Amino acid sequence: MTTTAAIPWKMESQRSYFAKALIELGEKDPNVVVVGADTTESIKTLDFGKKFPDRLFNVGISEQNMISIAAGLAAAGKVAFASTYAVFGVAHTYNIIRQNVAYTKLPVKIFCSHAGITVGPDGATHQLNEDIGLMRGIPNMTVLVPADAPQTAKCVHAAAAWPGPVYCRFSRTNFPTVTSVEDPFAIGKSYVMRDGDDVTIAGCGIMVSRCLQAAEELDAAGVSARVLNVATVKPLDTSTILKAARDTGGIVTAEEHTIVHGLGSAISEAVALEHPVPMAMVGVQDVFGESGEAFELMEKYGLTAAKVVEGVRRVMKRRGR
Amino acid sequence: MAEVSNAKLRELEDRARLLRCHILKMTHQVQSGHPGGSMSACDIVTALYFHVLRVDPRNPMWPDRDRFVLSKGHACPVLYAALAERGFFPVPELMTFRRINSRLQGHPEYGTTPGVENAAGAEGQGLSFGVGLGLAARLDRKAWRVYALLGDGEQDVGQTWEAALAAAKYHLDNLTAIIDRNGIQQEGRTEEIMPLEPLGDKWRAFGWNVLTINGHDMRQILAGIDEAHSHKGQPTVIIAKTTKGKGVSFMENVVRYHGAATTDEELKRALAELGEAVP
Repeated sequence: MTTTAAIPWKMESQRSYFAKALIELGEKDPNVVVVGADTTESIKTLDFGKKFPDRLFNVGISEQNMISIAAGLAAAGKVAFASTYAVFGVAHTYNIIRQNVAYTKLPVKIFCSHAGITVGPDGATHQLNEDIGLMRGIPNMTVLVPADAPQTAKCVHAAAAWPGPVYCRFSRTNFPTVTSVEDPFAIGKSYVMRDGDDVTIAGCGIMVSRCLQAAEELDAAGVSARVLNVATVKPLDTSTILKAARDTGGIVTAEEHTIVHGLGSAISEAVALEHPVPMAMVGVQDVFGESGEAFELMEKYGLTAAKVVEGVRRVMKRRGR
Repeated sequence: MAEVSNAKLRELEDRARLLRCHILKMTHQVQSGHPGGSMSACDIVTALYFHVLRVDPRNPMWPDRDRFVLSKGHACPVLYAALAERGFFPVPELMTFRRINSRLQGHPEYGTTPGVENAAGAEGQGLSFGVGLGLAARLDRKAWRVYALLGDGEQDVGQTWEAALAAAKYHLDNLTAIIDRNGIQQEGRTEEIMPLEPLGDKWRAFGWNVLTINGHDMRQILAGIDEAHSHKGQPTVIIAKTTKGKGVSFMENVVRYHGAATTDEELKRALAELGEAVP
């Protein structure tokens, strides 16, 4: 196969867009409050706190406390964001989120940075590759995985207007910007980033850029791939996904997350029930990560355009095209 | 709060006796639930719902209401009984407790039962939730107050102490925690399972104003809450010394009644002791 040049993406920080959007929101609505846990400078909620000193609560390294306090604030009518690193914010707090947020249906917005393996040098203790699965397994929870920085900002605004609990995961690492600020965004929608008929590639988060790169390479080899940005993993946009399954007859999923109970699982559940097609899943293969630079880790753990292309080949072979 | 008359105290004591009868019958009809810790908290909950809390049964979500957070969710029979007697829902509904299709879940559910302010069951989350409520009231410059009832078993939970730190940091004097210090948790005496004493010193060291009262003496309960109201710049914790299963001689201080309902025969004896005619 011919090699295609890497797409020259602009790289931008999701945290910066997150912080800017929070401030925009805070200016519009005095009820917006943020609870943090000793990571406010790193994930930039401190910017919100500098602007609105009485509306940022830094509760130290007490993430369970952070979630319940946010729930109490929400119960009293506040638009409450709880925000820290994913491994602390959702792995350490699972039952607190379950009882105090999801079961109560309180509209707490849990926005966590440093999700996935791209946390990098901090190593496996900090690389949470299980959060999408943890959160999508809880009733009433909405799960957002923005593809890039501009979409992260849109998630902030959409989550604030959403009546129920929301989990949104993003990354420490700058992501390739694959959407534009003008692009529409709504919770529950998947977006067709590139149309095609031969196969579907459905990604979320940073893997959307890898899917687009893979589609370029496949195009050069005469394969027309449809690329979906599944920015909402729950509730899943089943109509867009099932249409893709019917139109193209095969799906490759790609996520910076374990292939156990993540995006690939969510899509396979939907497809298996309605319109089974051959599938392949690109993601972390049920292992812990390790220290390294983000893009070295993505290479080593198989989070690459090449792996997506490989998945497409397998899917197409299985269905005999 | 003004001086409470003897007549009012007697009325509250009678009310508490009635709630104890409800607790026994609710747990008996379904042969499950937690009567012991409901009865130990009964006088405190009665004082709150029938004298202290500014709540409106016709408008349970009234924004300016005081909030009662039951952190020890297993004691919900006493909360449901108080809410029903206070008019939040019909008293006969109490007998649907823990049954299928009931609004009265085995542990409290938020949004379903009128008057219930939080979900609880997994221990140790209520005080943090109360901190969030207290912060919201302060941001809005509202006068409503937050009362969180904690079990002593919940003092084992790390999150309780996370909340204690946060309430002190934010000087939340609109938050009052009350500890139902009955000395017994599911598997035995608190001091054997996980020693807590000196409990008051611990809370003082965490930056709280600490009061210790007899949690079955109505006058002391009301005086303690009064003192908590007037204390400024710090949250107050009231350590209420109580007896598990209080009010029924053979249930008092017996570990088994943490999570065991009475038999038919025991129910008759218990209700007779509480002065109610056998049903």
